[in-house]
Amino acid sequence: MTLASLLEILDSTVRLGTPLLLACLAGLFSERSGIFDIGLEGKMLVAAFLSAAVASTTGSAWLGLLAGIGASMAFAAIHGLASITFRGNQLISGVGLNLLASGLTVLVGEHWFHLGGGTPALSGGARFLDKTLPLADTLKPVPVLGPVYDQLISGHSVLVYIAFLCVPATWWVLYRTRFGLRLRAVGENPAAVDTAGVSVVRLRYTAVAIAGLLCGIAGTYLSCSLAAGFGREMTAGRGYIALAALIFAKWRPWYALAATMLFGFLDALSNRYQTLDIGPLHIPNQFMSALPFILTVVILAGFVGKAIPPRAGGEPYVKER
Amino acid sequence: MDRLPKWADALLVPLISILIAFLISGLVILAIGEDPINALQVMVSGGLGSTYGWGYTLYYATNFLFTGLAVAVAFHASLFNIGGDGQAQIGGLGLTFACLYIPWPNWELALIGASVAGGLFGAAWAAIPAWLQAKRGSHIVITTIMFNFIASALLNYLLVNVLRPVGSMDPASANFPKVAALPNLSAVLGLFGIPFSDQTPANISFVIALLACVFVWLLIWHTRFGFALRAFGKSEPAARYAGISPVRITMYAMLISGALAGMMSINNVMGESQRLILNSSEGAGFIGIAVALMGRSHPLGVLLAAILFGFLYQGGAELALWTTIPSQLIWVIQALVILFTGALDNMVRIPVARLFVKPTKRKAP
Repeated sequence: MTLASLLEILDSTVRLGTPLLLACLAGLFSERSGIFDIGLEGKMLVAAFLSAAVASTTGSAWLGLLAGIGASMAFAAIHGLASITFRGNQLISGVGLNLLASGLTVLVGEHWFHLGGGTPALSGGARFLDKTLPLADTLKPVPVLGPVYDQLISGHSVLVYIAFLCVPATWWVLYRTRFGLRLRAVGENPAAVDTAGVSVVRLRYTAVAIAGLLCGIAGTYLSCSLAAGFGREMTAGRGYIALAALIFAKWRPWYALAATMLFGFLDALSNRYQTLDIGPLHIPNQFMSALPFILTVVILAGFVGKAIPPRAGGEPYVKER
Repeated sequence: MDRLPKWADALLVPLISILIAFLISGLVILAIGEDPINALQVMVSGGLGSTYGWGYTLYYATNFLFTGLAVAVAFHASLFNIGGDGQAQIGGLGLTFACLYIPWPNWELALIGASVAGGLFGAAWAAIPAWLQAKRGSHIVITTIMFNFIASALLNYLLVNVLRPVGSMDPASANFPKVAALPNLSAVLGLFGIPFSDQTPANISFVIALLACVFVWLLIWHTRFGFALRAFGKSEPAARYAGISPVRITMYAMLISGALAGMMSINNVMGESQRLILNSSEGAGFIGIAVALMGRSHPLGVLLAAILFGFLYQGGAELALWTTIPSQLIWVIQALVILFTGALDNMVRIPVARLFVKPTKRKAP
């Protein structure tokens, strides 16, 4: 394998891993606060749809981003209402929201654009175009480092850089701020947080809202940057892969980066090769697409480092009277 | 918690929830510039207006009966089986092996053999998440989701590389032999002198699904195992104290659940397409969740909910044919039913409970 083809694969790893990373961090905030979120897929899907719809009518990618975040946060609000206020089953709420997103995007998309559930193709300012970082062209002739900087680090859309900055930001919020301490506590023992006079409901709503925000960016990235426009069911299970990555990363931000990039890498590999030949082994690309899920099951099984979720996850908190 | 009379808990609350779900669906139809009343008329005449419509309604209902019962059995043990879809697909794989590679003498034996094969494969696919939950404490919801994706990747591989007949382009298995074709529902009803359209995919599997309802009812409420299952579902520590093994209950509940989901394939694979195609279950495993929630996990409720969803599916297809409303409308209705009967249950329950409790409170002082 030459440096050029390796760089190409790594470049598409970054592109394909970015939506996973954002969705994974979204799930991290929500689940660390004790709210299971299997609705990442649905939130990404509505965000991808509405951002592309607004971007294509207004011609502005940034307005699209706002709309995408809005749609995703509206879904997050329903999830919060169901799982925090009405103490319903968080998993059922997630399943419902995912289905609602699949149905609504096609229904509304067909009504607005008559394109079989998709939006018109986006071009120019309606898309987040790839940015060339300063000095990329000057450094290009430098061996090894030049192409790495030019292809891998430079030349992505703004949303990719935002996603990568979200990792240290999440780490800092989670482990270095008062809010983060409380957030982690509320996911482990909400009663203790409540006793300390901090509102469990408010903390959890904040976490769910942050999850909505991040999923909104993830969805917008899918339709307005990675692709040029929305297509029916375009998230294609990415929300679930992000969920798998979250478990793989054991609910920690830096590990989330590693896990999502690993899964992005697998995706990039299976896009590039129909079958992967390693010596005498022929690995079909269906195996590559199932690998994130298989790895997650292995991790969940606890044979290789057990993944233990936040203790209060999935349980509605009932305040003592 | 405020106590509700039994009838209000079993009927009133779900009915109000469903009514809200349908009202919002009506608003959605209004919002995309169509007439909800007209849409309802198209759906009713297309889904229930003829024996042809009923045939499709019952065909879809059969799928949802199997997956709904699968989810319901797991619910009774407080296990949430999201993996019905994968189990149904893998069940279809087992059934395909049975139909293609065993020379059956007649359809009766083929049906029995295919049910067993489908059920066994479905149960086997549920067994791994069940074992991981019981022994290793891995959350069953997450593992069953993962197994859905693994199942579809596996089937994708097998259909493209192994089962596809030589020279064929589409990823599907060879056609089953003629002897493995199931009698149409019209033939079954004809025995009782009931005229029924024979142009629909509804087949004898519907009768099997009804038998499965009876089986689940007997199992859950009239056997020692059913009692243990429900006790475990209500309170694990109490069940453990009573000497009920959590590992056994989890395993058996999920095996039965997976087998029911796997048996769905006698309807869609053996009864309808007569070969295994990609994504044969078409999301029926997820509709099973809505059906089980709406039917309050009771076989009778599941039956009614499955027929309602069968009607919605057939009606939705008619809508797409006669109006500009895409058939995805049923996904929206289904999602709203799941949200209101499942997740937002307390939104309806608490106000209703208040209605019932207030009068007694006034008498007290």
